[in-house]
Amino acid sequence: MTWKTTLAATTIAVALLSGGAAWAAAPAAYDITPDLIAAAKKDGTVVWYTATDLTVAEKLAAEFEAEYPGVKVQVERSGSERVFQRIGQEQMSGIHNADIIETSDAVNFIYFKQQGWLEPAVPKIVADEWPDDQKDPDGQFAAYRAHLSVMAYRTDLLKDVEPPKTWEDLLKPEYKGRMVKAHPGYSGTIMTATGVLSNLLGWEWFEKLGQQDVMQVQSSTEPPKKLAEGERAIQVDGNEYNIFRLQDQGVPVQIVYPPEGTPIAIGNAGILKDAPHPDAAKLYYAYLYSTKAQQLNSDFGGLRSFNPDVQEKEGRTPLSQIKLLESDPSELIKQVQTIKQKYEQYFGT
Amino acid sequence: MTDAVLMPERVRRIDVSVPVFVLLALGLGVLVILPLFWLVWYSVHEDAGGFTLGNFVQLVTDDTMLRAYGIAIAMAAGVGVLSCLLATPLAWLVARTDLPGRRAIRALVTASFVTPPFLGAIAWELLAAPNSGIINVLYRTLFGLPRSDSLFNIYTFPGLVFVIGCFTYPFVFTLVANAFDRVPGDLEDASAILGGRAATTLWRVTLPLVLPSMLAGTLIAVLQALTMFGSPAILALPAGFHVITTKIWSLFQFPPQLGLAAAAAMPLLVITVLLLRGQKAILGRRGYTVLGGKSGAPRIVALGAWRWPAFAFALFVLCLTVIFPYLALLKTALVPNAGDALTPSTITLSHFHFVLFDFSATRLALYNTFVLGFLSATTVAVVAMIVAYIATRKLVRGAGILGMLATAPVAIPGIVLGVGLFLSYANPTFQLYGTIWILLIAFVTIELPAGYQQISSAFHGVHPELEEASRILGASRLKTLWLITSPMLRTSVVAAWCFVFVGTIRELSATILLTTANTKLVSVIIYDLNESGDMGAICVLGLILLVVSFLVVFAVNRMPVLGGGGSVSTTRG
Repeated sequence: MTWKTTLAATTIAVALLSGGAAWAAAPAAYDITPDLIAAAKKDGTVVWYTATDLTVAEKLAAEFEAEYPGVKVQVERSGSERVFQRIGQEQMSGIHNADIIETSDAVNFIYFKQQGWLEPAVPKIVADEWPDDQKDPDGQFAAYRAHLSVMAYRTDLLKDVEPPKTWEDLLKPEYKGRMVKAHPGYSGTIMTATGVLSNLLGWEWFEKLGQQDVMQVQSSTEPPKKLAEGERAIQVDGNEYNIFRLQDQGVPVQIVYPPEGTPIAIGNAGILKDAPHPDAAKLYYAYLYSTKAQQLNSDFGGLRSFNPDVQEKEGRTPLSQIKLLESDPSELIKQVQTIKQKYEQYFGT
Repeated sequence: MTDAVLMPERVRRIDVSVPVFVLLALGLGVLVILPLFWLVWYSVHEDAGGFTLGNFVQLVTDDTMLRAYGIAIAMAAGVGVLSCLLATPLAWLVARTDLPGRRAIRALVTASFVTPPFLGAIAWELLAAPNSGIINVLYRTLFGLPRSDSLFNIYTFPGLVFVIGCFTYPFVFTLVANAFDRVPGDLEDASAILGGRAATTLWRVTLPLVLPSMLAGTLIAVLQALTMFGSPAILALPAGFHVITTKIWSLFQFPPQLGLAAAAAMPLLVITVLLLRGQKAILGRRGYTVLGGKSGAPRIVALGAWRWPAFAFALFVLCLTVIFPYLALLKTALVPNAGDALTPSTITLSHFHFVLFDFSATRLALYNTFVLGFLSATTVAVVAMIVAYIATRKLVRGAGILGMLATAPVAIPGIVLGVGLFLSYANPTFQLYGTIWILLIAFVTIELPAGYQQISSAFHGVHPELEEASRILGASRLKTLWLITSPMLRTSVVAAWCFVFVGTIRELSATILLTTANTKLVSVIIYDLNESGDMGAICVLGLILLVVSFLVVFAVNRMPVLGGGGSVSTTRG
């Protein structure tokens, strides 16, 4: 009951916010100092609720532990909406397990902020380097990563037909039974993507796609893995970074950036109020935005970064050359129910 | 012992049955009624708090909801029939014939029982996904067919029924095999002496005697399937349809529709009650006491020329339910990507390395899983035994209520119970959410019906005459229970303990709502890994889970205190 009422309240608050929020002062930026490191070691652990691909998240955590021995990272990975559900349940019952939360659904953070669950904190690098539209003016969260939800295919499994080039191409009969797709009810990335694509292409496009015998999976990390298994030849949507990682492993997959545009999902991160390990949280939070971590995200994880010092791997199409479909979280939050309902109507689940 | 002078003293001694009954009734009452109360409350209230029937109106007018129900019911019925068809012949073969290797077969069936259904579903995904499934790849390679051809597609309704059946039939098997063990040879001898042929005896004497176990087993299978979450989530969602549990789960996606979810769970309750009534009606008032003070050893039927066809049947069942799935898990654990062929050049231990060293959740989850398994199994076995004793022996008036309370949770799908428990215990009064205690409560509640059903059906099989003899000779009720009744029930209690232990390892639907970072279980991390498609890691975790739980079940069955070796000894005391 509280969930729904608060959602309604949030929607109103979002409307108000976007109308012209007061520029409340963000706290002064902080840097990683020996004092902070010492305090973090006293905490000993940092609990990170994340929606980043598990291997990437664990790798980042391991690098951190190597750099700051004495501080362990507990990685709790789930799909964005599951992370959201879990943190909601915990906050409602007064449980404070998590230090840092990070999901790929920007709507989540509007909600967190509205609920007052976030602790303002601005690492120096975010204050100095991040573009203004990729950080909260009140310093409660900032864009930790971004990734595209891309169309992609297995080159070796699609030899008999011309590969798709546009979104409309996917409706062609030759692709029937050969596609896999993730679910907006589970994945924040796909919710964002479904929102912008339904605006761009209309629901008729989804209705027709629903008749193409599409394999339905949950997380946006999963379609690339179905391509890797060879279970399907084309992914309608799914994380770009997982495709990059497959390419690095030598799996013959090819990304398609249709001329109509490709949806982008912004993954924010923030420190939770009442975090059980506040100093370790601050240290890890600052670490997440450091050039080193962001470069690792890019190299190993294939994630896009807002840190201008990060160098993209060769062979990857730079963001500047891709037509991006950006989503407005305050608009999206109003469409969530419609999207889910329409989706079930056309795809069965 | 037969000191008549002691008798009057004993009569005056306070009977502990009444206080035990009251305590148990209260305890079970809270356990069962509290979550149910919240469910009902939520189903008839608006978010704002006012009374409404809107949720039920939406339930019966919403096509997607009705379709999910229809599919779930058809699926459960299919699973029930399939389980019974697989389990009954197999149980007869291993219990009452000279089938080659029947001990090993029995052990392997236990293995498929230990397999959590969601893991089985994942294994069958690896085997029979239309394009990448191992069986389909082999089939295409053998016959040189194009990629579009496939022999099996597991992402279909029959595929789902098949997979759930494969990992649910051991419920029927164990019950029926135990019942076959207990059928007294003298009744069959009587039939033979009166001129009945082997087939007649089987049909007219033996089968009717095991019918209660068959029905009880099939009922468990149907209810398991109806309320199962993991396998449908893994197989039905890719196929593009919902069953009722996945549908209810989807109602918890943000923003959660708790009222509708609660209302959607109500028909499950009704269906279950109807099924249980149906079972009663079929069994009627017939008596099925098979374990009296005097009975001969079960007879073994010589199969003759049918030995090898029967063996082939058993082997076939085992291939589908144990051997192929395990090989698929093992193979996938050893190759980089699930679709890769296993060759000396592709073989890798990277998934093992990841799970054992890189993946921070592994150790905690394994620890939690097994601690909870032990605690839940022991609690359920003790409670079920006392309840079954009080209820079947009708020690106090209204004892039937206890049996009802112990059976009632069967009607609550795990996922709904999870919500009910969350609403009941995750508040400032209890603050159990985030601890393993809320999971313990969930597991005990979920598993109590299965444990109780087994132990109480075993109680029905023990004629009170032995207890009466003990009581007449001056033993107290507890002493009788301890010295006479429990030794005869030992196999059933051990079986029930194992059922519950394995049940907690298989449980996913309530667990998924109740775990937090510090209380995660292996089932949940496997589910999370499946959602992100990390097949290799799943297979490694699954294999670890299987090996450890198999060892536990094996050890428990071998413990001398618990009547090791599985043989029933009735000569104690």
